[in-house]
Amino acid sequence: MPFGLLKYGLSNNYPAKHHFTPAKELKKHYDVIIIGGGGHGTAIAYNLAKYHGITNVAILEKSYLGGGNTARNTAVIRSNYLTEAGVKFYSESVKLYNNLSNEFNYNVMMESRGQLTLAHSDAAIRSFRWRAEVNQHLGVRSELVDRQTIAELVPNLNMSEDSRFPIMAGLWHADGATARHDAVAWGYAKGACDRGVELHQLTEVEDVEITNGRVTAVKTNRGRVECGSVVQAVAGASSIVAKKAGIPLPIHCYPLQAMVTQPYKPVLTPHVSSPQVHVYVHQTSRGEFVIGGGSDPYPLYNTRATLGQRESLSAAALELFPFLSQARLLRQWAGTTDMTPDYSPIMGLSPVENYYLDAGWGTWGFKATPICGVTMAELIATKKVPDLIKPFELERFYRFEQVNEAGATAASH
Amino acid sequence: MKLLTCPLNGKRNISEFTYGGEYHAMPDHRTSSARDWAEHVFFHDNAAGVVTEWWCHTASSFWFLAERNTITDDVIRTFKADEIYQQRVEFTAPETEV
Repeated sequence: MPFGLLKYGLSNNYPAKHHFTPAKELKKHYDVIIIGGGGHGTAIAYNLAKYHGITNVAILEKSYLGGGNTARNTAVIRSNYLTEAGVKFYSESVKLYNNLSNEFNYNVMMESRGQLTLAHSDAAIRSFRWRAEVNQHLGVRSELVDRQTIAELVPNLNMSEDSRFPIMAGLWHADGATARHDAVAWGYAKGACDRGVELHQLTEVEDVEITNGRVTAVKTNRGRVECGSVVQAVAGASSIVAKKAGIPLPIHCYPLQAMVTQPYKPVLTPHVSSPQVHVYVHQTSRGEFVIGGGSDPYPLYNTRATLGQRESLSAAALELFPFLSQARLLRQWAGTTDMTPDYSPIMGLSPVENYYLDAGWGTWGFKATPICGVTMAELIATKKVPDLIKPFELERFYRFEQVNEAGATAASH
Repeated sequence: MKLLTCPLNGKRNISEFTYGGEYHAMPDHRTSSARDWAEHVFFHDNAAGVVTEWWCHTASSFWFLAERNTITDDVIRTFKADEIYQQRVEFTAPETEV
């Protein structure tokens, strides 16, 4: 191995392989067109190609691979949700994540460091006990923990009883994890492209052609392309794209802001979040503290960072971790979240035949990436809605059967 | 500090206001189906561009409407609800049904 590395280092033409095949001309027809080249879109393509033998597939990406919300999320993986539908769905995703690097033969830097949600009130303890019971019943490692255990899990957490919201208990989720978000999209895209899928970047879908209630083609800035079926995986722009196919969605887009500090030596192992003070904090393997969870108070299609959020996120983070007061912020950014009325995604069939929805990914999209790829690919290949995503169909809103996911976000709702 | 002009109280810090959702015309409750209501309650235009929406000045509980650009976050104008609502909406149910 050292010789291989030395040879590689001394080589004149660094024999690094390209991850992806370069963009080619668009074909006239694809069996499946995937709108959106983020984690979800590439995961669907990967599963179609590898497990269903469908390789005449194009991923049409307006910008560049994984440059949207795949790049902007804070890379939290967990399954301690509250509804049966939610827990089953996300726990399958966590299982797939645990094996993802092997699946790809490509390192996605998965780290299972656990996740701790803090309770600062009796009401929060009650709801955490409920969540822990539901989680354990469905085989997810999740338990209510007391102050002493919290202090052992996170020694540098402010456990003072004199703080604004003293910590009373916590929900410890040993399956909680993080992974390199970019690598997830790259791994899926590489695996898909190796099997014949075409990734077309800088290719924007401008219109969707529907004949007799069935999608037949899409118009792009690079020309018209016929297709067997279409799936849209464009979190943050779901309403805009669905509107081109004439499909109304129950979504409002809110920016969600986060920030990171400069790197410091490792002092914080688990991911810590507090729904009370609206913040979550974890330290990346590079040493940066990620501070997130600031949802803007009204809808906006803009990823600007605001001073107001910087102030409130900082105040909340300092309440939990006073030692961060000397930390320097490196950057602050926003992603656009598709918020649904019940905090659950919208997946599956749409009113248009052969047009599939993968939308409504509020603040739970990254953690769902692998299972979304598996289930959506199965749906497209077999035309049958997998049981796991049946509760998330768009039609639920017309039947008043929402999946009320109160455990949706660690911080902001 | 971002300011919003309340038609009743004038310019105030936007933190004093609560966003109240998109404005869209209500279906007639006497003739509409459950499906119509579901669409009215849950579904949104969620347009990128100038939209009309409800806001409330929290301190005074005053509800009004605003035209706002959801890409640039510029508020074009705010106005009182009586520009749109000229008469009272009658919600009384028919007497025969109990």
